[in-house]
Amino acid sequence: MTNTLHRYSDHYAFERLPNPRPVRDDYIVFAMASRDVNDDNLVEKYRAFLRLAMKHNPVNIGDATKGGMLRARQDLNPIAHWKRHSLSAPDRVIAGIEGHTTVATVFDNYEAMVRFVDDLKVANIGVSINISAPIDEARRCCEDTGITRHSVEYSIGFRGRVDKLPDANVLELSTMCGHGMVSSNFAKKMFDWVKENRRTPKQAAQYMARFCTCGVFNLTRAESILNQARTMNR
Amino acid sequence: MKIDPHKCVACANCLPICPVGAIYIDPDLGRAKVNEDACVECFTCYRSMSKEHLNPVMVRAIRKIANIFRFRFDPEPDICPTDAIVPQELTWPRIVRRAFSDPQVPHESTGIHGRGTAEVKTNDVTNRVKQGEAGFVIEFGRPGIAARFRDIQQVTQALADLEIDFEQNNPVTSLMTDVTRGLIREDILNERILSAIVEIKTRLEQVPAVLRRLREMSREVDTVISVGVSTRCAADGSDPLGHILEEEGFPTYRGKTNLGLGRVTRSGPETPAAAME
Repeated sequence: MTNTLHRYSDHYAFERLPNPRPVRDDYIVFAMASRDVNDDNLVEKYRAFLRLAMKHNPVNIGDATKGGMLRARQDLNPIAHWKRHSLSAPDRVIAGIEGHTTVATVFDNYEAMVRFVDDLKVANIGVSINISAPIDEARRCCEDTGITRHSVEYSIGFRGRVDKLPDANVLELSTMCGHGMVSSNFAKKMFDWVKENRRTPKQAAQYMARFCTCGVFNLTRAESILNQARTMNR
Repeated sequence: MKIDPHKCVACANCLPICPVGAIYIDPDLGRAKVNEDACVECFTCYRSMSKEHLNPVMVRAIRKIANIFRFRFDPEPDICPTDAIVPQELTWPRIVRRAFSDPQVPHESTGIHGRGTAEVKTNDVTNRVKQGEAGFVIEFGRPGIAARFRDIQQVTQALADLEIDFEQNNPVTSLMTDVTRGLIREDILNERILSAIVEIKTRLEQVPAVLRRLREMSREVDTVISVGVSTRCAADGSDPLGHILEEEGFPTYRGKTNLGLGRVTRSGPETPAAAME
């Protein structure tokens, strides 16, 4: 899940910005077991985690070995070009868990995350639980739920040949899948298509989400970024 | 990865899908081709594009007629209409590319999917990074630039001079021939991967020295490096690390927080000693 650590935002601009915009719609909570430590009855533990998450309307959930709520299909027919079903399938994610993996859930608001973490505390599932979000927001969540933080890991940004990277808007989208499965070129293409009114921001976000293999792509945030970029309001 | 020229209709949908831009339309062939040297075997094109299984002859005929009239069909951008993308059987050393690029393949050395690292995600039950210590995850190639092991070795060699320990349970460390000098096995140095994570541990006092060395080395390598730094919090949940990082001029806005809700539920001969602490 290092893949959620380096999600690009204004705070990681290569030239420091005077007033970086806060990220208030991207909160990931994930669960990971350790081999021979707490991986007994593992599938049920992971399923319990995701079932609890579903009570709080996450924008995505995922299993790192299978994918998120939206996935590619191997059996499309040409009608798909005019009428594409983009229904998310959380039940398939939960039922598909088979063993060692990481399961994750993405929320687009702080309150939902807090309620979920509160539920997790009571449920006492036993596997390691992490929040991947702005550090101060995660700290606030711990305070609000009476949890003492165990460990923290800071993203300190990108170094090296940053001249090879795409622009900030594209990076914000493509780094939502830190494994790099949402390519920068595809994110750029989706920006262009939205600007040309060939697709809606929602459709463009759904296309990209299908490439994220662990379900941490934030559809709400992607839609919002695409919407703002359409009018050059970013 | 290969593209079957008998099936490909040169719709070019797969070109922007490739995370490293390794696919192009060959002008002589009139079909998509994969630049084998650039391809990192991430399987994104094969796995994540939806498929239609249409007849290529029919699709080419339709495209030709439409092209004569300059009609532009507006297909779904994530579909390979003829299922033309075909994985190859990978052998050593090329197989290393897939291990480090396809997150759905678990790393043999750690059994973990993705980039194969646990970092502090399970620190509440493994106690890998203790109070007063710092764990570094130094990722090469992310996002979407890719890296060769030669670049990674440049940095691991430079880090080996400092007072650090390479994490044993890490996919890159498992490919080292000399951990004390940060040397990676020669036969994979030219292999190109989407990303790899080097993990080291050191004392908190050493953090500034490691950061400065990383800053120097990032000017030498031909890829992007993204860095995460972790520590275990004090009993009241506070941590001294954020302040150190800010003093060194690094952003600390985003991160991961281990909530400490994990617990040991197995106890047997295989349970790591650290987990019982």
